[in-house]
Amino acid sequence: MSKKILELHELKREFHMGTEIVRALKGVTFDVFAGEFVTIMGSSGSGKTTLLNTLGCLDKPTSGSYLLDGVNVGQQSRNELALLRNRKIGFVFQAYNLLARTTALENVELPLLYNPDIKHHDRREKAIKALEAVKLGDRLDHLPNQLSGGQQQRVAIARALVNEPVMILADEATGNLDTRTSYEIMALMQELNQTQGKTIVFVTHEPDIAAFSSRTIMLKDGRVVKDAKNENVRNAKEALAALPVAEDY
Amino acid sequence: MNVLNLFRIALIALQRNKLRAFLTMLGIIIGVAAVIAMVAIGQGSKQSIHDQLSNMGSNMITILPASNLTGGARIDASSLQTLTIDDINALQRKAEYLSAISPVSSTKGQSINGALNWPTSMQGVAPEYFDIRKLVLKDGILFSDNDVKAAAKVCVLGQTVVSNLFPNGEDPIGKVIRFNRIPFTVIGVLVAKGESAFGQDQDDIIVAPYTTVQKRILATIYFQNIVASSTSEETSDAATTEINDILRTTHRLKAADENDFSVRTMAELISTLSSTSQLLTVLLTAIAGISLVIGGIGIMNIMYVSVTERTKEIGLRMSIGARGIDILLQFLIEAIVISVTGGLIGILLGVTVSVLINVLLSWPTLISESSIILSFLVCAITGVFFGYYPAQKASRLDPIEALRYE
Repeated sequence: MSKKILELHELKREFHMGTEIVRALKGVTFDVFAGEFVTIMGSSGSGKTTLLNTLGCLDKPTSGSYLLDGVNVGQQSRNELALLRNRKIGFVFQAYNLLARTTALENVELPLLYNPDIKHHDRREKAIKALEAVKLGDRLDHLPNQLSGGQQQRVAIARALVNEPVMILADEATGNLDTRTSYEIMALMQELNQTQGKTIVFVTHEPDIAAFSSRTIMLKDGRVVKDAKNENVRNAKEALAALPVAEDY
Repeated sequence: MNVLNLFRIALIALQRNKLRAFLTMLGIIIGVAAVIAMVAIGQGSKQSIHDQLSNMGSNMITILPASNLTGGARIDASSLQTLTIDDINALQRKAEYLSAISPVSSTKGQSINGALNWPTSMQGVAPEYFDIRKLVLKDGILFSDNDVKAAAKVCVLGQTVVSNLFPNGEDPIGKVIRFNRIPFTVIGVLVAKGESAFGQDQDDIIVAPYTTVQKRILATIYFQNIVASSTSEETSDAATTEINDILRTTHRLKAADENDFSVRTMAELISTLSSTSQLLTVLLTAIAGISLVIGGIGIMNIMYVSVTERTKEIGLRMSIGARGIDILLQFLIEAIVISVTGGLIGILLGVTVSVLINVLLSWPTLISESSIILSFLVCAITGVFFGYYPAQKASRLDPIEALRYE
C-alpha cells in the first residue's frame, strides 16, 4: 500500500450565521493515497466548497481530524497553514487566477518567491521546467491576455506544479473551458498522474469530467454518499481524438 | 521569506501600475520640492538680511540720547542733549570692549556745486567712523584728527552726492562745494555701498569732521548719537554693559535714575530682523509640510484602493503560500518605494526650483542640507505611516473570502 497523503476522520465544519448554526460538513471520513486521481463531486450546497477549502488548508475544521502528508492541519497556526499551502499543495482554480500584466514565467515563479529555500537562479529554471511540462515552453514571456483559456489554465497548472507539492488541488478547473479544451486539460492531468505519479484531487460537478479519474467521492448535504473506484477510467487522449474535428465552419 | 524577494514582488506590482504609482508619487514630489524650495527662499532671505546688516558693520553699537523725564512733553531723540565730548573721552579712556568710537553730529542741507545742487545730509564724525561703518575710500584721502581739531572745512562724498554734483565725470577731489552756504573742500570719495537693509541710500551722504558740523553749522556741543565698534560681534553684549556703566558715571546718574541714553547693537537688530525671516521660514515650511502630509494621505488612499482592487490577487498569493506578514510587507514596501522615490525626485525638483528662482527671479535662495535630509526622512516615515494601515488591512484578509472576491 502506498503512502497516505490525505487522512480525514469525522471531519466537521460549522458556520455561525447570526444565531443559526450551519453545518456544512457533518462528519466526512476518507483517505487519499499517493498517486491517486480523485474527483470530488456534489451539487451546490453539498459542502463541496467547504471541503475544498479545508483540504486546501485555507480553512480549519471545527472538529474531527485532517492530516495532510502526516501533518495535523487543525492544529496549525495561520502562518503554518501558509507554509503548508506553499510546500504541499498546488492550487488550480476555475478562473485561472493569473496575475494580469505578468508574464507566464513570472506567474509560475510566484509560489517560489514565497519559498526562501529556492535560490534566484533555480527559480527561473524550475519555472521554465514546469511550463515545459504543460507544453508551454514557447510561451514564457506571454501575458495572460495573450493566451487562450486553455493555455492560461495550463500556466496555472504549471504554477501548481512548480513547488513540487504532494497534491494538486483543482477547483472546477475545467469549468470555464469548452469540451475540447476541458479534455486537453484532463489529458494533461492524467499524464501528470500517470507518468509523474502526482496525487490529484479534482473538485467538479460534471460527471463527464469525473469519468477521467480513478476514484470518485460523492458528497451530499455534508456527508460522503458514495466513494468508489472507477472501474473503467476514460482515457482523455482517446476522448479528445474521438471528438468531431471540424466543428468550426 | 526573504526581503529581497518581497522587494522584487513590490517592484513588479508597481511596474504593472506605472501611471498610478507616478500620480501617487506626485503628491510626495510636490510636497518635498515645496519644502526644499520654501526653506531655501526663507533661508536665503534670512542670509541676505544678515549679510546686508553685517555690511553696515555687524559689531556696530549706537548710543542714542534718551529722555529721563517721565512727565511733561517728550522730545524727539535727535534733539535731546545728553551726549557730549566728555562721554567720548570717558569711553575712550575706560572701555575695554570697544575698538573704535566716533561721535555723530548730522544735519540735513543743500549741497551746491556751481549751478548744481542736491539735498543731502552731512555726517559730522571722527575719522574712526569710516572703520565703524565700513566705509571705504575710493579716491583721495580721509580727514585726520588734525582736521577734527581745527574744525577744517573738508569733506568726503558718497557716490550719490558725487553723481549729482559732478554728473559729467569730473574729478571731485580738490573741488570746493558748498553745504548750507559754507564752502567745503572735497578731499575724498567713498566706494558705493548701495541700499541698506531698510531701503536707505547709504551713498547719499557727505562726511565731515564733527567739530566742523558742530561749530560751523549747528553751533552746539551735543551729539546726535555716538557710534562705536565692539572688539567682535560676540563681545557686543559686554560692550553694552560697559557703556552703560561708563556713561552713567559721566552723567552722574543716581542708582534710581533711568538712563538718559540708550544703547543699541547691530547684533540685536540682526536677531530682530532674522526672527522676522525666521517666522517666514517657519510659515513657508508649515505650508510645505502640510502639502507633504496631503501627499501622504494620497498614498494611503491609493494603497487602500489598491488593496480592495487587488483583493483577488491577495487571495491568490495567500493560497500559494504567502503569509500575512508577506502581504503586509509587500504593500508596505510598495508604499515606501512610492514615497522614497517620490522623495528623491522631489529633492531634485526642489533643488532645481531653488536654483531657477535664484537665477531667473534673482531672489536669494539658500539650499540647506537639513531641509533635504528632513524632508526625505519625513517622506520615508510618511510612507511607513500611511502605508501601514492599508497593508495591515491586506494582510488580515481571509484567503477564502479574498479568492471569491469579484
